Amino acid sequence: MSVRTPLPHDSAPLHVTGRARYVDDIPTPATCLHLAFGMAQIAHGRITSMDLDAVRSAQGVVQVIAGSDLDEIPDCSPSAEDEPLLSDGTIHYLGQPVFLVAATSHLAARRAVTLAKIEYEEATPLLTIDAAMEANSRFEDGPRIYEKGDVDQAISSAAHVIEGRIEMGGQEHFYLEGQAAMVMPQDNGDMIVHSSTQHPTEIQHKVAHALHLPMNGVRVETRRMGGGFGGKESQGNHLAIACALIAHRTGLPAKMRYDRDDDFMITGKRHDFRIDYRVGVNDEGRIAGAEFTQMTRCGWALDLSLPVADRAMLHADNAYHLPAARITSHRLRTHTQSATAFRGFGGPQGVVGIERVMDHIAHALGLDPLQVRQRNYYDDAFGAGVAQGGLSAPPGPPEDISGTKKAGTAHKLSSGTGASKRFGGAHSPEPMAGGAQTTPYHMEVTDFLLNGLTEKLATDCDYAARKAAIAEWNAGQPVLKKGIALTPVKFGISFTLTHLNQAGALVHVYADGSVHMNHGGTEMGQGLNQKVAQVAADRFGISPDMVKITATDTGKVPNTSATAASSGSDLNGMAVKAACDTIRDRMAEYLATEHQVKPHQVRFADGMVHVGAEEIPFAEAANRVYMGRVSLSATGYYKTPDIEWDRIAGRGRPFFYFAQGAACSEVVIDTLTGENRILRTDILHDAGSSLNPAIDIGQIEGGFVQGAGWLTTEELVWDETGRLRTHAPSTYKIPACSDRPRIFNVALWDAPNPAETIYRSKAVGEPPLMLGISVWSALADAVSACGPNYPDLQAPATAEAVLAAVARARG
Amino acid sequence: MTDTVRFHLNGQPVEVPAPPPTRTLLDWLREDMGLTGTKEGCNEGDCGACTIIVTDENGPRAMNGCILFLPQLEGKAVRTVEGISGPDGRMHPVQQAMVDLHGSQCGFCTPGIVASLAVAHLKGATDYDDVLAGNLCRCTGYAPIIRAAEAAASHEVPEWMLEDARLVGDPAAGPQNHPPYAPTSADELAEWYLANPDAVLIAGATDVGLWVTKALRHLDPVAFLSGCDDLKQITTTEDEIRFGAMVSFTDMMPVIAPLHPSLHELLRRFSSVQVRNAATVGGNIANGSPIGDSPPALIALEATLHLRKGEARRSLPLEEFFLDYGKQDRETGEFVEAVSIPRQPDRLRCYKLSKRFDQDISAVCGCLNITVEDGTVTAARIAYGGMAGIPKRATNVEAALIGQAWTEATVREAMARYGDDFTPMSDMRASASYRLTTAANMLMRYFHEDQGVATNVLEVSA
Repeated sequence: MSVRTPLPHDSAPLHVTGRARYVDDIPTPATCLHLAFGMAQIAHGRITSMDLDAVRSAQGVVQVIAGSDLDEIPDCSPSAEDEPLLSDGTIHYLGQPVFLVAATSHLAARRAVTLAKIEYEEATPLLTIDAAMEANSRFEDGPRIYEKGDVDQAISSAAHVIEGRIEMGGQEHFYLEGQAAMVMPQDNGDMIVHSSTQHPTEIQHKVAHALHLPMNGVRVETRRMGGGFGGKESQGNHLAIACALIAHRTGLPAKMRYDRDDDFMITGKRHDFRIDYRVGVNDEGRIAGAEFTQMTRCGWALDLSLPVADRAMLHADNAYHLPAARITSHRLRTHTQSATAFRGFGGPQGVVGIERVMDHIAHALGLDPLQVRQRNYYDDAFGAGVAQGGLSAPPGPPEDISGTKKAGTAHKLSSGTGASKRFGGAHSPEPMAGGAQTTPYHMEVTDFLLNGLTEKLATDCDYAARKAAIAEWNAGQPVLKKGIALTPVKFGISFTLTHLNQAGALVHVYADGSVHMNHGGTEMGQGLNQKVAQVAADRFGISPDMVKITATDTGKVPNTSATAASSGSDLNGMAVKAACDTIRDRMAEYLATEHQVKPHQVRFADGMVHVGAEEIPFAEAANRVYMGRVSLSATGYYKTPDIEWDRIAGRGRPFFYFAQGAACSEVVIDTLTGENRILRTDILHDAGSSLNPAIDIGQIEGGFVQGAGWLTTEELVWDETGRLRTHAPSTYKIPACSDRPRIFNVALWDAPNPAETIYRSKAVGEPPLMLGISVWSALADAVSACGPNYPDLQAPATAEAVLAAVARARG
Repeated sequence: MTDTVRFHLNGQPVEVPAPPPTRTLLDWLREDMGLTGTKEGCNEGDCGACTIIVTDENGPRAMNGCILFLPQLEGKAVRTVEGISGPDGRMHPVQQAMVDLHGSQCGFCTPGIVASLAVAHLKGATDYDDVLAGNLCRCTGYAPIIRAAEAAASHEVPEWMLEDARLVGDPAAGPQNHPPYAPTSADELAEWYLANPDAVLIAGATDVGLWVTKALRHLDPVAFLSGCDDLKQITTTEDEIRFGAMVSFTDMMPVIAPLHPSLHELLRRFSSVQVRNAATVGGNIANGSPIGDSPPALIALEATLHLRKGEARRSLPLEEFFLDYGKQDRETGEFVEAVSIPRQPDRLRCYKLSKRFDQDISAVCGCLNITVEDGTVTAARIAYGGMAGIPKRATNVEAALIGQAWTEATVREAMARYGDDFTPMSDMRASASYRLTTAANMLMRYFHEDQGVATNVLEVSA
């Protein structure tokens, strides 16, 4: 059985030997042109003159295009047709592309760009949340509001009212491979596009639109990306369109890759947020009503900001039942890079808001923050976690697609330094009392499992004892202070734009029994292809090496959704399964007839096809079926069931299910400088019945560190002119090797997903990022040890922010 | 134009006829040789995706190919990720362990990680946090990479990894260049530089490299100093230690370790292995940056700078070399020949404050050298980077300490004087007030540390 096996990433042998090919590694024809953008040097205003003569006459330059040279400036937006490839004369942010150079080499193009002489008439840019709020500069007419119950009454009648504000910065994706695209012109003006993109169909659509071609005139291929994290969902459009434009005008191949600094200056990042909160709680810290006002800088163009901001609202509750709630969201238009998708897609920002509230409540009432969290949790679903160890079946699966659940595997599914206990063993939660609780957007929460999971994590990582030991240690330390926090995540799985929840696949079985697999998902490092190949292998009962993983190709599977929203394996795994099952059924039917048995007596396992009492090697079976003139190629299709959502009303069931998890982090801070360190992290995360535990643990470890980076060292700084000052790894600091926790234990909560997902697994791409919030919360805990006042720690908690909080705590 | 550059690439001799002097190894590998395994991640030596192995008489070292100019490789042996696998395609133990233990996800940083780990494997180094400080990974969170490194450590070094050490010094690959382009001694350099005072002197190219890859400057003329063996000497006497200008930080570290462990720790956090392998102490000084990490430490140690112009030599206290932002006391045609520090009892503490511990430029770098005799401060040399337009001494603070009892009260008095010495600026690394506060707090940290109080978060465990 190939699913649930911790196989290495399919490309790992290529990665480690340097043979894995990325867009910039594809051999280019000698005639290939190389492109670079000239960028605006002001944040807002108009171009009054543009002298590109020196650019045109620079060595190696073949073509230079400004917006004014085009009858129609192609649009690059994934949503609103508000992103011209090149400025139309108006400047919306510092870094906006204003002209395009095609030259005989990458370096020649970049050098030529520096020779432009551009003059501007400057206008005052709106750069901050305050400025944008004051100017009422926003997307959509007014704020979006989701509401449940009488929140004003609930808060005003509560024993305690706690209010505050949390500001959190954005985040640069820092995919190691920068944005890149290459376009090869074909017969009839058709184009083949190689793009480092999470969304080949969108690239196809935008290139076709730019060149006035039907979509069938553009084929997009993506073998792999060197990281995406949401940053390649829409931000690759500009490069592909620019290349297509040059290829169209010159008839020559064209390639573009951003230099790292240009990538920082041009492309969007995670949305920064301000969240104002006001909650009413009782003496035990239980919330009666909560009000959140979320404000976010969307930047100059719409891009994906509306669904991002929606998802922030949809995660304002995180794991907590709010009897009454109002969430107000302001989507602000500013003269900065257009903020875009980033792992979590607004969810993390919403979660930080309420995790901050939990810490604030605990501080105000003198309670343990974990206790406050647990008191506010949703109720666990009946049977949640019981399935671990195979003690019970998931509630009511109409069709068993999960196969037989293996018992007692939890101990194999962990990684760590071995410095503490491993997770595992049976677990029994309390049954849910009463009816289902609802989220602030009126969705019933029926699969919650964090009560049991949290209890287990807290026990296994000795939370209570360590908390006491830390208090004792802190009492004896004049300079250093430790802190600890255990925080949960509950993350909604599905695209909130319901129609995106569909996927297609194309599978061929060749007459020699080898399998060619293709689907609409893209590989950015997350191991999607490996997981899906394991599904295909399992359906045919063959070894995964028999399944050829191929580049995502809009010519093979059309009309795909972005590989985003953690949905890759859920959607494409199901689509591939459907395609495989179609072929398998045809094979079974043919072989059954041949052997005079019923089709259900044909089984595919261990590389053999078992037909009644006979065993036929899969290759031979494939050949026989081929000789019998039966098609061994099929498409597969899947759409997520049971979801409906009204984003304007804020009502419905946007999510198929919730992925959950929790992390406990211990940190130490230096009260003289604010420097800090993660000492230990323990994670217990729910990936359902994991398709590949090694890959899932990899997503959890990496997501955690990326989330911790967002909230600690990763600080984006714009100056007063709107220039991003942190535009390279020399100034923008993602976690380095030594920043990972000294002790780092990660385990899977190995229970089947009650929802009917592929082999009862759960999505794992985004949710673990929010486990990094435990670090930020632990830092706040450490600061709280410095004095009696509320430390009001902001994010990112750089050393400077921590030191400021220490000063506030001391008063 | 330059002469032909000759070196070994993955065990094979190569000749590059007259490359542009600032052609980078990375561009040449990818564009001319089709060796696309080595990646461009940032093009400024900060991410490590371009890491390759360069072997010379000092042995194998990890370097950043993106800021390494071809002429710097003259006579050396280069090994890329393609050559880390065996000639028969067999994987290196590090590669195999990276596969088996899930050390790659997107795979783009992986060739650089493999190169760094292969050097560590060859040398038996197991301090993986340091080995990999210059290799950023955005996917894995590093944990599986460390597991792979640990698993590979017990495997033998493959035969092919020993080849490069034998190839270096092969006369066929020996220096072919001639002065003035690549002088082979300080004398040759002195004479040539006097005649070409506008030339850019290239030592390790860890800063000059960015003038080319980021500022897109055309540099002409240039001189590569890597052939000047006499500038790479470290001379230790009873009174002083003298570092030639071309001594790399990697080579400086073991000499400093027993004498001034805190400076050694500062150098451990100075950029990354790849950069320390290239960067030179002379370059870090001559460059005149206000945020270079070695000048404050050397000033606190009362270092003397040795300058040379033609046949004329002069020496001056290092702090006097830094006149103003971007301005040094260096005459036309004059270059840094060496820096020396007097032998002394170790009272130096170096505190580097940056957003990230490893491979980050300091917001504040405080180096404090305070002598206490019988409970009284008898001498104090305190210098900071990041607090002014130049590396600068805190003379008012020093004065407030000297002659006073070594007590917390004295320290607090002295802390109040930092505003007299410094008016730092705000930038993307830190605000002015944070800089001033923490600079003063570093004096308190020194005092606490001297009293045996725990002050270092890097030394705490869960």
